[in-house]
This record gives sequence, structure tokens and C-alpha cells, in this order.
Amino acid sequence: MSWDNAYESLTEGHDDSGHWAFGTGFADALAGVGRDIPSNVDRADLAAYCVMLGDDALVFAQRLSEWCSNAPELEEDVALANIALDLLGQARMSLTRAGEVDPAVRPAAAPVHVPDEDALAYFRDERAFRNVRMVEQERGDFAETIARLLLFSCWRLALFERLTTSGDPVLAAIAAKGLKELAYHRDHAARWTVRLGDGTEFSRERMRAGLDRVWPFLAELFTAHPVEARLAEAGVAVDPGSLRPVVDDVLDQVLAAAGLDRPEVAPLPAVAGLAGRHGVHTEPMGYLLAEMQHVARSHPQAVW
Amino acid sequence: MSAASSGLSVEDVERARLVAEQVRDPELPVLTLADLGVLRGVCAEAGRVVVTITPTYSGCPALDEMRADLRSRLAAEGFPDAEVRTALSPAWTTDWISEEGRRKLAEHGIAPPARLGPRAAGPVPLRLDPPSATVPCPRCGSPNTVELSRFGATACKALRRCQDCREPFEHVKEI
Repeated sequence: MSWDNAYESLTEGHDDSGHWAFGTGFADALAGVGRDIPSNVDRADLAAYCVMLGDDALVFAQRLSEWCSNAPELEEDVALANIALDLLGQARMSLTRAGEVDPAVRPAAAPVHVPDEDALAYFRDERAFRNVRMVEQERGDFAETIARLLLFSCWRLALFERLTTSGDPVLAAIAAKGLKELAYHRDHAARWTVRLGDGTEFSRERMRAGLDRVWPFLAELFTAHPVEARLAEAGVAVDPGSLRPVVDDVLDQVLAAAGLDRPEVAPLPAVAGLAGRHGVHTEPMGYLLAEMQHVARSHPQAVW
Repeated sequence: MSAASSGLSVEDVERARLVAEQVRDPELPVLTLADLGVLRGVCAEAGRVVVTITPTYSGCPALDEMRADLRSRLAAEGFPDAEVRTALSPAWTTDWISEEGRRKLAEHGIAPPARLGPRAAGPVPLRLDPPSATVPCPRCGSPNTVELSRFGATACKALRRCQDCREPFEHVKEI
């Protein structure tokens, strides 16, 4: 398809069903992947879990993409954009799976021609997002982004290692694929942590401050939502609490190599027992969604 | 369902396989889908060709282009409405890039990936040091090269430089 200008492409009628996932021509992220679900799980639970995994990746991808053209050096622009792209791919598969497992997760506000993954990304309000609060925080400086990427990728890698044996074959396949990508993300963040922590006094101080800002969000990653607990019981999800020793061990290795201490900061409390997994978010989340969803919501009938 | 009862002969399916194998990767056009190892199967179902491919990376934007290219190439060769399915498991690995594919990459100035072998059981080990494996320069052959960035212009490539001829080059990183 070709048009003389971008505006024409938005208004021109055509029969291509790949309307959304902006500018890529993407259609169904799981085209042709099996649709069966394990018999011992509740569809609504499995869909909610897929949304949780997908939202963690989607929201963090959005934040990481903000570095594109803003990173300290060109290579880092490219690296963070690549990492964001991997996470976006993981999000697309999880959100598509969620829509397939339980069509009720699809927000009513989404126009019918929009595929499930885009309906979930662009037409849900803040309270319907189920990501952990760590990933929605403002990007901060480069050291803070690296600190966040370190904690997040150590945790998600440990989670995906265990999910490779999930009773849901699609989740197991998404995890086996994502695992290899996450290993690159974690190593990248770990090396920067060492380089900055073991660098000059200035870089060390920035890295230490970055870790201090991110650390309060760590405890939430190990707190099970009832959906996670039920599905873990059924052998489909992972009890996040059980990941703590593995994650702690890797973080200790990195901090030791960087010559940095584990921050002593209090965890960010839940609000009346509710946090990201329940749809209770922090202030930056609304601004992030405004930016991410603005075009899709302003032009719900646009085609790409 | 056998090929014969579906209206496509064994020869037809074999011909469709050859067509599918020759479709090129949109991001590494020196490679065919067969060279890249993403083509997982070609068969006949209910009178039409079904091609199964696997993504290289979760976010690989080339996957949809591959689907479209496969459908249009097959249609041009007399297989209308071919279906392209995605298999996520087992996950793609650079070990599936063929010998022929490795040779073509090197010829075009892109260093091919090293062989990984089966993944060891247990947690993925943390790697704090850059990879020590030698990646020879695809231009001058010198083993004296360094990694500039582990992330390159596409998800599957790292950026390196030869310390002898000083040329930067891309390396399909192992995954």
C-alpha cells in the first residue's frame, strides 16, 4: 500500500484488516497458535494472568521507548529501543492470548475492528491495567532506568524460567521464547550497574541514588494476587513469592561486582491492601497512558 | 488428511515447499526463510497449503512481512489462499541458521553466530563480562575484533569492530 502522505493513509478506505499496532502492518500476534486452554483452570483467571504479564511488559516498553533519541550515546538509544521492542512483542502475545482465552477482558470502548491486543492496550482505563507499579514510574536519569531494568529483568527472567513448564502450553511457549531475550536484558543492565557503580565517584553516586529510588518497588514483585495464587496452585502460574531467593541471589552478585550495598529503603506500601495487580496505580501511570493512548482514542476509526 | 484426498498431490506440496523455502527474510535479504531456519513445515490441509513459521524474536516486526510474502509468492505459483501459521515452540535459536545461511551472511559482511548447542539445565547464568568467544572479521578475517554494542540495527544483530582493518561490522548474536 502506498499513499502520497501520511494523512491520506489515515483517511483512505482499504480492505486490509491489519488496522492497528501503529505503523507496522501487524495483524494477530498469535496467528495460528493453538487456542486450547488447560481444563483445570478458570478462563477469567487465566485471561487476567495473561493481562498481568502483558501489562508489565507493555508499560515498561512504553517507558523504555522514551529513551529513543535521548540516551547518553547512540548505542544505548538502540539498545534500550531493542529491549523495549522485545518486551512489546512479549506483551502483544500475552494480550492476544488473554483476549482469546476470555473475550470478556476486551474493553467495551474499543471499536470492533481493533484486534484484542490493541483494544487492551489503547482502550482500557488506568484501573483496568494490572502491571506492577515499578514499571510505570517516570524514567528518571539513565542510572535509574538501568536500576529499574536490572530489578525488573532479574525478576521476569526468574518468572519466565519457571513458566516454561506452565500447564498452559501457550504461556509456556511465550516464556521459553522471552527467556532468551530477558537474559540479554538482564546482562545489559547488570553490566551497566557494574560500570557505573565501579566507575567514578560521580557515576557511583548516581547509580546508588538510582537503586535507592527503584528499590521500594521490589517487594510488590513478590506479592501474589489471588489470581496468581489460584493459578500457581493449578500449575499454570508461578507464585511470585517463591522467586525471591533466586532474584536476591542474582542481585547480590551484581551489587557485589559493582561495589554497591543493597539499599536500605522501606517498600512502597499497598493502598488498603491493593497495588498494581489490582489496578491501583501511582500518579505517573495516568500521564503514561495519556501519551500512549491519545492517538488511538482520538481517532478510533483510523486505519493504518 | 493426506495430500491426495485434500486435492493437492505430494508433488504439489513439494513444489509449495520449494517456493516457501526461497522466500527471503525482509531484514536479512541475503537469507531465505529456509537458510534462517524459521520455516517449520509445509503441508496440505483441506485442499490448501499450510506453511508454519516461527518468530526469531518476540517483537520481530519482520514476521508479518514474512507471512504476507509467503502468501503472495505461493499465490503467484498457483497456491491461492495458503495459510501461514505461527509456531512459538520450540523457540527459534540461531543454531537453526543453515551452513549455507552462515556462508551467505559472512559473504555479505555479517558475522554469523557461533553454535550454542542445547541449553544447560538450571537458571540462566549471569554474564557480567563481554563474551570471550572470537568473532572473526567478515571482511579481513582477523580474529582481533571487539563488541561495540550488543544491540544493533535489528533485534538479532550486535555491532562489532575489527581492530585490524578498523571496519565496523554486524554480528548475528547467538540466541
